[in-house]
Amino acid sequence: MDDPVRRMAFSRRALLLGAGMAGTGALLAGRMAWLAVFEGETYQLRAQANRVQDRLIPPRRGWIVDRQGKPIAMNRPDYRLELRPAEVEDLDATLVAIRAVLDIDLAEDARIRDDCATQPSFMPVVVRQNLSWREFSACNVRLATLPGVTPVQSFSRFYPEADHFAHIVGYVGAPTPEQYREEKNPLLIYPGFRIGKDGIERFADKQLRGTAGSSRVEITARGELVRELGTNADTPGDTLKLTIDRDLQDYAARRLGDNSASVIVMDVITGDVLCMVSMPAYDPNIFSRRVPAKLWNALQKDDHTPLLNKSAMGLYPPGSTFKMVTTLAALEAGIDPADTVGCSGAYRLGNNTWHCHARRGHGGVNMHRALPLSCDTYFYVMGRKVGIDAIAAMARRLGLGQEYPLPLPGQAKGIVPDKAWKQRRYGPDPKKGDWREGETLNASIGQGYIITNPLQLAVMTARLASGREVMPRLIADGPAPQFPSLGVPEAHLALVRQGMVDVVNAGYGTARAARSPIGDVLFAGKTGTAQVRRISAAERKRGVIRNEALPWKQRDHALFVAFAPADAPRYACSVIIEHGIAGGRYAAPIARDVLSFLFEPERALAVLPPIEAEAARLRALRQQNEAAASIASETRQMMPSWLKIDIKPPVFEIADADAPQPPREPE
Amino acid sequence: MDLLNGPWRRELARLPWGMVLIICAIAGFGLVVLYSAAGGSLDPWALKQGVRFAILLIGALALALVPPERWLGWAWPIYITLLVALVGVEVAGAVRGGSQRWLNLGIMQFQPSEMMKLAIVLVLARYYQYVPKGYESRPDVLIPALALIAMPVGLVMLQPDLGTALSILFGGVVVLFLAGVRLWLFGTAAAAVAAMLPVAWSMLHDYQRKRVLIFLDPESDPRGAGYHITQSKIAIGSGGLSGKGFLNGTQSHLDYLPELHTDFAFATMAEEWGLMGGLFVIILYGLVLAWGIRTAISARSQFQRLLSLGLTATLFFYLAINMMMVMGLAPVVGIPLPLISWGGSAMMTVMILLGVVMGIARANRPRFD
Repeated sequence: MDDPVRRMAFSRRALLLGAGMAGTGALLAGRMAWLAVFEGETYQLRAQANRVQDRLIPPRRGWIVDRQGKPIAMNRPDYRLELRPAEVEDLDATLVAIRAVLDIDLAEDARIRDDCATQPSFMPVVVRQNLSWREFSACNVRLATLPGVTPVQSFSRFYPEADHFAHIVGYVGAPTPEQYREEKNPLLIYPGFRIGKDGIERFADKQLRGTAGSSRVEITARGELVRELGTNADTPGDTLKLTIDRDLQDYAARRLGDNSASVIVMDVITGDVLCMVSMPAYDPNIFSRRVPAKLWNALQKDDHTPLLNKSAMGLYPPGSTFKMVTTLAALEAGIDPADTVGCSGAYRLGNNTWHCHARRGHGGVNMHRALPLSCDTYFYVMGRKVGIDAIAAMARRLGLGQEYPLPLPGQAKGIVPDKAWKQRRYGPDPKKGDWREGETLNASIGQGYIITNPLQLAVMTARLASGREVMPRLIADGPAPQFPSLGVPEAHLALVRQGMVDVVNAGYGTARAARSPIGDVLFAGKTGTAQVRRISAAERKRGVIRNEALPWKQRDHALFVAFAPADAPRYACSVIIEHGIAGGRYAAPIARDVLSFLFEPERALAVLPPIEAEAARLRALRQQNEAAASIASETRQMMPSWLKIDIKPPVFEIADADAPQPPREPE
Repeated sequence: MDLLNGPWRRELARLPWGMVLIICAIAGFGLVVLYSAAGGSLDPWALKQGVRFAILLIGALALALVPPERWLGWAWPIYITLLVALVGVEVAGAVRGGSQRWLNLGIMQFQPSEMMKLAIVLVLARYYQYVPKGYESRPDVLIPALALIAMPVGLVMLQPDLGTALSILFGGVVVLFLAGVRLWLFGTAAAAVAAMLPVAWSMLHDYQRKRVLIFLDPESDPRGAGYHITQSKIAIGSGGLSGKGFLNGTQSHLDYLPELHTDFAFATMAEEWGLMGGLFVIILYGLVLAWGIRTAISARSQFQRLLSLGLTATLFFYLAINMMMVMGLAPVVGIPLPLISWGGSAMMTVMILLGVVMGIARANRPRFD
């Protein structure tokens, strides 16, 4: 019954179909060969890229240590949980999952959401830091597969002395989004990675940062770690040694109490800065994490300017501490030290009267007595004799009016005025630009246009004490430098130094409060009281109000510069207390204690308890007032983690540069 | 009951044992792949699949003892039963809500669309058995045949299960082709479909268009729908000539490859065994298909010829679509690789298919006794 024709027809079609199958088979084999052999290498790379991930090992930041190797900035292990908004698929679900492991309260929850919403999505957001080991392990076990959530074991910066070193060392913070966009360095968005934001941390960031290592790990499609394939260890940053003496810095910071003040101690031979304190300060430990907006606002509003490094950024009229410059300028001009000037308490120039701080006058004053008495009249006369340009030239030789090559951002240069300077600044109109005689009088006693920072005063003192062109240095990176001579005759310097010794030790000196408590070591110094406010004509008629009765902001600045030991100078010191009333009474004792700490620490430490108790009382009082004022503006916000201090030094209102010196309180 | 009373021992000996060996080789290799896919463990796939294969192999051998002409009588009842079952699935789905593909028969789940792949070939072979030579393309013959194809295809499309519907359509059309329907009719139909494509394109939803576009360029959506194809190509490509070695696949073991034990089992295999492994599978299957064609050509009736080659073509369709899919030549449709992919119903279909073809081969074997 089988039809052979039909059979033949079927066979033809069957072979046609078979040919189609064979063709398809060949196509498949060819395609596979193409994928596996010709494109094989590409796909092998892609399989590798799937499977192998290079993970960064962030380098540990180098330590910062003091001259004896005591740590000033170190690292502490820190366990934290971070998330990257870019990789998180569902923030709500993620937070719910995290809440199952960590206890996150509403405020934290809100902060995390705020951060996720406001930061660029590639910047990691801290969920919680300072996790305990138990919490950290729980996160590792239970949150490992959650996309975008990373438990991070890192080192966080720790400053054991907290605010005492804030202005020198600075602090670390997260890199800014802009920095990452510029550098494209993946380290910069590594969770928990911090870079230097201020001070030495910022200046020496490259050195402290080290180089990142990497580890190759095998991961699954869900990001679970399978095994490590190999590591390339990180190189920790270098340890940076400072010239600072940690104990001295601590002592000075504590000794300042609640004052808004700066203390600098320098080695007059090597230029090593042993101590550079500006108080009050902020706690860099808080700045290295996140700064609550409330704290930030409080710091910014504080009239004691805790964010400002007064040592290098604060500008003050040097007042009487400048008189050494005038003295040296006079000696250089060939004036006989024995020449006597009669001081009646007032000095007339044209129609105006310049006053000496001693209202009844000092009588006959020669150069030897001028410094200890701080007789203004003597310096008016000398200033007029030598002229402003000679004074300015001597001031510059002593290091005023310049920036030093130090790793400190925002050093204030100050002003050392002379005729050319005034022409540049106020010219070319001769009425405004020409130098006036009255301005010379003011400049010769450190008032008027002249303005300096505390560091410059310390350098000036160091140069006077050593006779060399000492430059300050903060980083102990090599042997002590040798400085050339100032070129000022030794006899001139000896006279000035003797004057400063008498300021402290002679019975008629202005800084008897700074007399050394240590038997065989004599201190030498010079007081200064720099006028802050403009004293109106009406006020002058009524008689000057006592400084203590004025609001804090209007009181005079108290200054004191010193060196020790008097016979073989080794240390120079400058102290400035903002609105501290009088140099001799308030600044000099601080310099005395700081200097005596260098010789007999126990004795110096013994004076601290009452001072600290008083400071604590004052600080509490101030905080109370501030708290009352800031309750209305309370916010729970945090400042960005990459916060950087960026404030300008305050400008103090100074009297007219050529206004005659009014009667003042004795120094 | 000629099965039991008949000379079944003799008939058993007449089975194509060489082919049984090849089938066992393919399935055995499949077990090796599943063992590796489970990370070097018999659990959860390899052992179960092995037991399942053993049972189904015995079933297939038993089926091979059924005289082929018996299927001629059963063709209509089987087809109609399955058609009713397909309607039943549709109704059950409509009642319970959601799409439904199987009927729960209590002891097992029964997927009528899977069986329909075979039944369509069976019923058309039966239909054309009695169509005299030269009448195949006449409208009054062709239209009922097309209706036989259209009914199950339409029902399966409703489920919706495009892959199975295409498979049924392919089986039906292949039988028409083998039965001798004029070639120009196929050409015209193909041209008509091609002409319809732009119209169909304009009728597609956006997401459907997107799927087609992603198939054409999987790299355009590497994380979403293109992920499967991309990862599968990476797995096959990175295997190279001789593969990464047994149990050393990274794409599969680190979960980059989705569906590594079912639809993408070929990629799992190719990563570890390379081009060599791929060619091994292709050649073994090539031998099975060649045997199927030979069986059909040497069969004694038009019904047997159409049935055996129609079924062989159905097997080919499985293989071709799956391999083209894993190599990025066809869109991702859920069609497993017969005998290698994990899964019971597909394996059962293929083993029934092979049992029927083996039965035809046995029946037509020249007698030496």
